[in-house]
Amino acid sequence: MSTPDPLFMLAAVAIGSVITLLLRAVPFAILRPLRSSKFVQAIGRWVPAGLLLILAVVMLSGEFAIRGNRWWIAAVAAVVTAIMHLLCGRRALLSIIAGTGAYVAMLNLS
Amino acid sequence: MRDSLGVGLGIFPLGIALGVLVVQAGLPWWLAPALSIGIFAGSVELLLVALIAASAPLLTIAVTVFAVNFRHVFYPLSFPLHVVKPGFGRWYSVYAMIDEAYATYVLMPAQELSSRRMLTGQFCMQLYWVSGGLVGVALASVLPAPLEGLEFAIVALFIVMTLDAVRSRREIPSFLLAGLAVGGAMVAFPESPMLAALLLYSAMLIARFFMSTPKEQASDEHA
Repeated sequence: MSTPDPLFMLAAVAIGSVITLLLRAVPFAILRPLRSSKFVQAIGRWVPAGLLLILAVVMLSGEFAIRGNRWWIAAVAAVVTAIMHLLCGRRALLSIIAGTGAYVAMLNLS
Repeated sequence: MRDSLGVGLGIFPLGIALGVLVVQAGLPWWLAPALSIGIFAGSVELLLVALIAASAPLLTIAVTVFAVNFRHVFYPLSFPLHVVKPGFGRWYSVYAMIDEAYATYVLMPAQELSSRRMLTGQFCMQLYWVSGGLVGVALASVLPAPLEGLEFAIVALFIVMTLDAVRSRREIPSFLLAGLAVGGAMVAFPESPMLAALLLYSAMLIARFFMSTPKEQASDEHA
């Protein structure tokens, strides 16, 4: 495979950089004057729990897609992570190690 | 700093995956740190490696980055940026507002937050990401086939953070609405489930606001 032009690669990184930074910074500037609005406060309080769920579900389904007919491995690893977290005192490190360990083991041994 | 350790366990392997991907795609090693310093947004960097390797048009790259990172516009509603001292620190905090940083500090009780704590945490997260990338580059150049599946750590991290976010009964309505949104989005818009789910979820929360009483809107403040 031929390596793309370094200038092209730098331009790609620069474009990604500017767009990401704007997406992160502009909403703060827009929301500053609205901070006292009841609407913004209520939505701000309600957003996080569901937003995290959406991220988790979309990422997990991405993992399903990568694994094709071995999607069940990702499902089992997700259940292992959740059970570990709920039953063993919500220690994040432990739950992540257990879930990822289970995933890597099943993927490489099955 | 401690806050970043659990998160680091999710970020570091993903960094390794990025480094491995860069080398396997036949791209120069410096692209890994360039992506993690220039863009610093996990998932889109992995996508960019693929797009750059395929020499995709810059417009395609721009649209992809916009679509994948669009979710960030929802973070300022609840990210405790006001805690960070104004000036350079606040700029860094905005630039480094990755999903993991958002999740960590939005879940933390207000009295435990401090400017230093957030900045150190975010800086450590970036350090894990950059060093993971370099380790991945090194690994891929010596190992023919690295261990598969380490990237699941980031999925596990988000499962854990979701479970931590719904500890109280107050959060259940948001959780159910988001479940509906993401389920519906994956069925109706399988091409871009993330964006569709976020838009659906926002519409639902707006509807929830207008259907709730003023008391409900304010009752769970700072609890």
